Amino acid sequence: MRDARANLRRPLGLRLWLSGGWLTLLVIGAVFAPLIAPQDPLAQDLFAGRLPPFWADGAQPGYWLGTDSLGRDVLSRMLYAARLALIVAIVAGTLTCLIGASLGLIAGFYRGWPDMIISRFIDIWMAFPPVLFAILLIAVLGTGLTSIIIAIVVIDWTRFARVVRAEAMSQSAMDYVASAQVSGRTQFSTMLTEILPNVAPTILILLTLEMGIAVIVEAILSFVNLSISTDSPTWGGMIAEGRTSVHQAWWVLVFPLIALFLTVLSFSQFGEGLKDRFDPVLR
Amino acid sequence: MSAYLSIRNLSVSLRGGTRILRNVSLEVSASQVHGLVGESGAGKSMIGKAVLGTLPRGLNITGGQIWLDGVDLMTLPPKQLRAKIGATAALIPQDPMTALNPSKRIGPQITRRLVDILGWTNARADARALALLGEVQIPDPARVMRSYPHELSGGMRQRVLIASAFAAEPKLIIADEPTTALDVMVQKQILKLIAQMQAMHGTALLFVTHDLGVVSKVCDTLSVLYAGKVVEEANMRRFFMRPIHPYSRALLAATPSYKDPTGSLTPVPDAVIAQVERDIAQHDTRNSA
Repeated sequence: MRDARANLRRPLGLRLWLSGGWLTLLVIGAVFAPLIAPQDPLAQDLFAGRLPPFWADGAQPGYWLGTDSLGRDVLSRMLYAARLALIVAIVAGTLTCLIGASLGLIAGFYRGWPDMIISRFIDIWMAFPPVLFAILLIAVLGTGLTSIIIAIVVIDWTRFARVVRAEAMSQSAMDYVASAQVSGRTQFSTMLTEILPNVAPTILILLTLEMGIAVIVEAILSFVNLSISTDSPTWGGMIAEGRTSVHQAWWVLVFPLIALFLTVLSFSQFGEGLKDRFDPVLR
Repeated sequence: MSAYLSIRNLSVSLRGGTRILRNVSLEVSASQVHGLVGESGAGKSMIGKAVLGTLPRGLNITGGQIWLDGVDLMTLPPKQLRAKIGATAALIPQDPMTALNPSKRIGPQITRRLVDILGWTNARADARALALLGEVQIPDPARVMRSYPHELSGGMRQRVLIASAFAAEPKLIIADEPTTALDVMVQKQILKLIAQMQAMHGTALLFVTHDLGVVSKVCDTLSVLYAGKVVEEANMRRFFMRPIHPYSRALLAATPSYKDPTGSLTPVPDAVIAQVERDIAQHDTRNSA
């Protein structure tokens, strides 16, 4: 009677361990940056410029991952940059998710004119080149953390809206939705209690994916110098600075790049892993 | 004996004007089982959906009345309409695989109606759901209450759905091909169960199916539907002894029989179809004129 799959112990999985491990490390590093960071991330020391990482000849103790051309410690800057990256990922990701998923849910469940309006908006929105759109927005709003977050939300809500709309539509066609309607439920309560729980796994995956994308967008904007003010370190900003001296000091470019890469990858893999683990339907 | 559900001259059309139901009239009396038979696309499910207010998007009721429990549903404002349908009617759906919410446990899916419609407390609703699961012969009801739908087989889910349909003691249940999605052995059990439950609760039952064999087992009266039009309405005995309409006769001739398992089946003759189609065309011109 009981489905055999129900008794099958699903292991946590390497994917969830690795991605979760990196993200935990990142959160700890970001939260305790002032305690962990060996140097002041902004302190310049022109006599300690372009020091190599610890294993290379000429490295100095205390500068584990070397210094950039102004003598600022790469590791310390990366730790402080992780704070901004995480704030952007969490705040922008969540806001984008809330707005996009709500609109998608409404469009997919109610259909009719709400769907017409929302879908046309999505079509128009998606026709803009996203990065240019973001740069334009920042130019209008001015630089700063809030502007970055607003820009990401404004650009990326369509990603949620599209997918959630399609999912809500396919769920709405199921008989259990009709049953809920027959038992005297209002449309709105049917949407929240019947449809939403069944699109939640999809929303969760998109959310983790979006957090990764938010980190990338922030890095891109930092790279073109449109992010947060130049004195707070960001991965994108470090990559931009490292690019100019890549032949003399590759580590200034490479370490933030690795952090960025691992973070984005971990976010998306974490979402996939969570879904595999917790989706009761095993879709 | 009063007609509990009375449909009078119901017409349903697609937005473009294509007719789905043509002046359908039928009555289901209290504690009676009324069969609704017809081939695929005849509109039998649409009648149930029209009554329950779950017609798919783009389909609209263009004429007629639906009287449920002495009230004309077409005259009620939407909110009261939902409440009325919720309190008096329930559905046993066709496909048990999609009719339960996959992300909720079985228990709340049954008790929800009791709490919503009858205003019961959760404890009382739980006790009732447990008793109902026992009534539909589910072993270990307490465990099933805590299960998710994917942990149950198709037959089990259909039992759960039957329990859930009878939960709030509705006076009318619409069973929309409740056995079509199940395998033959389970079909028989489920059919027996529906008949038992109906007799025990004295519910009026509108039984939608394409299977005359099923109809002969559970129904008291039946309507034969073709292309959205009722071509014959009869009680069971009369229908199987002396079907009047040529389409009904053809339908019966096309049904395999236990008594003569080697006898060949006759497909519905083209001439009969042509005649029914002519009738319907006439009916349409009469109504649009």
